[in-house]
Amino acid sequence: MPDTTGRARPPRAAPAARTAHARDRAPRRLRLRRGLTPWLFLAAPLVLLITFTYAPVANMVAYSFTDWDGVSPELNYTGAENYVELLTRPELFEVFFVSGYYLAASAVQIVVALYFATVLSFDVRFRNFFKGVLFFPYLINGVAIGFVFLYFFQDGGTLDSVLSLFGVHPDRAWLGTPVSANVSLAGVSVWRYLGLNFVLFLGAIQSIPGELYEAAELDGANRRHQFRYIIAPGIRPVLSLTVILSVSGSLSAFEVPFIMTGGATGTETFVIQTVKLAFQFDKTGLASAAAVVLLLIVLAVTWVQRRLVPDDKVDLV
Amino acid sequence: MTRVSRARAARALTYLSLVVASVVVLLPLLVVLLTSLKSGKEMANDSGALQLPDNPLNFDNYVTAFQDGRMLSAFGNTAFILLFSVTGTVIIGSMAAYAIDRYTFRFRKPVVALFLVAALVPGVTTQVATFQIIDSFGMFDSRWAPIVLYTGTDIVSIYIFLQFVRSIPVSLDEAARLDGASAFTIYRKIILPLLRPAIATVVIVKGITVYNDFYIPFLYMPSEDLGVISTSLFRFKGPFGAHWENISAGAVLVILPTLLAFLFLQRYIYNGFTKGATK
Repeated sequence: MPDTTGRARPPRAAPAARTAHARDRAPRRLRLRRGLTPWLFLAAPLVLLITFTYAPVANMVAYSFTDWDGVSPELNYTGAENYVELLTRPELFEVFFVSGYYLAASAVQIVVALYFATVLSFDVRFRNFFKGVLFFPYLINGVAIGFVFLYFFQDGGTLDSVLSLFGVHPDRAWLGTPVSANVSLAGVSVWRYLGLNFVLFLGAIQSIPGELYEAAELDGANRRHQFRYIIAPGIRPVLSLTVILSVSGSLSAFEVPFIMTGGATGTETFVIQTVKLAFQFDKTGLASAAAVVLLLIVLAVTWVQRRLVPDDKVDLV
Repeated sequence: MTRVSRARAARALTYLSLVVASVVVLLPLLVVLLTSLKSGKEMANDSGALQLPDNPLNFDNYVTAFQDGRMLSAFGNTAFILLFSVTGTVIIGSMAAYAIDRYTFRFRKPVVALFLVAALVPGVTTQVATFQIIDSFGMFDSRWAPIVLYTGTDIVSIYIFLQFVRSIPVSLDEAARLDGASAFTIYRKIILPLLRPAIATVVIVKGITVYNDFYIPFLYMPSEDLGVISTSLFRFKGPFGAHWENISAGAVLVILPTLLAFLFLQRYIYNGFTKGATK
């Protein structure tokens, strides 16, 4: 960003005196400049923020009340018609049931992550290796994960081969029926995102002062007591953050199902549907209404979470 | 059971659970690595996914993936987007953080609230409308679309920078100001160098996000020449169909750089994600 304040300033003349002067009775021009400086730094960030976050949200709400197709110059105001259509056409609403699988999977994911975070925050051999292994999937490209697991669930693929080692020959298409496909895909999500929850929990547990455990041990507390009375309360803020991330993540599940099945066999999620409505069927109006509904749900979940677990650490100001 | 033997059993179970988890994580990846080294003939013989490849140094599939799968141009495009959006994020984020922390000005609170609330809006929900804006700027199907989106909508990095700017003593700014430094000089010569740890965090977190993102390039860069690694790999689905040996080679090619970065930067990556997510 160009520094206009620097250019207007006289060249380094008696700096101390000038600053004192400015502080006492700053002349108007100087005061104006001082007031302008933060805006010079904020101009670019604010323009980007408004253009790519707030303008889209405002436009989206506006589109949601129209029948726009996203291309033609013509768009008609249709009132709440899109919202009525969303709520009354059952096939449009079905996608929310798919989120149920992901929601259930996140519950499993949180419990498993919590278990491993607790185990690995105490002395365990090869600790760093296990930490790395559990976290690494989170860093892997989503498309690569999609392919890895397409092969995993393939007929005669990894899963079938492993099962046949144990003498089980299920001989089934894992992605073939809606229930088994959704369970499989939700399982892939757990595999992928477990690491993030795990690392967050681990960080929180390790920020608990070690003396607490020692003191508890002296008082005769065992591991379970320590977990119940020291770890659980200590990580409450992170736990509640994880819960919102999981809920909004489950509602907006996209990559894994889109890459692996493209939404076939009943695995279409809300975002896949919205993307299809908007970019394949040119129903920008309806897609916008769907997106507004999703946004409202996510905001509501966040709001409820903030009410239930007041986070005193929001100290941005 | 005595106390000692019970403790020993618990310990054994703990290790067992860790080993099982590691197998669950590693096995699917290792099988893909094995598959990528097999020839088309071996695959056709249906030898089973766990079978070792006949020739473990058979890199034919990688050559195919590189040439027919256009992985080289994909890595180029990804690098281009990565460079600009990471640099942009660092500049934008640190400038915003500097202005918010070091100045008291009118509308400061509303500005802060604007950044704060934006963090609650999930990116996937607004793309229907964002698309129209990108399109109206003529950036659709160009590498600038993802660059401006990655740069302009990253609130987390502003938080990370804000935490760090706050820990830099104000007296440093004041001393510089007494020496006649302008606001911009202070930002460039004092704040930015002292922000180095925060910059490292943001570069890592942002870099991994951009490298792995699929949604934005998929929506905004449909032409084949503009494939980034995610979208180019996704296109393997078409031409290679059921040729799992080729698809696997592509997947391994994409995962490998991440693995190397992870092995070298482990500690910073953990820290980055803990900081990024909890802020």
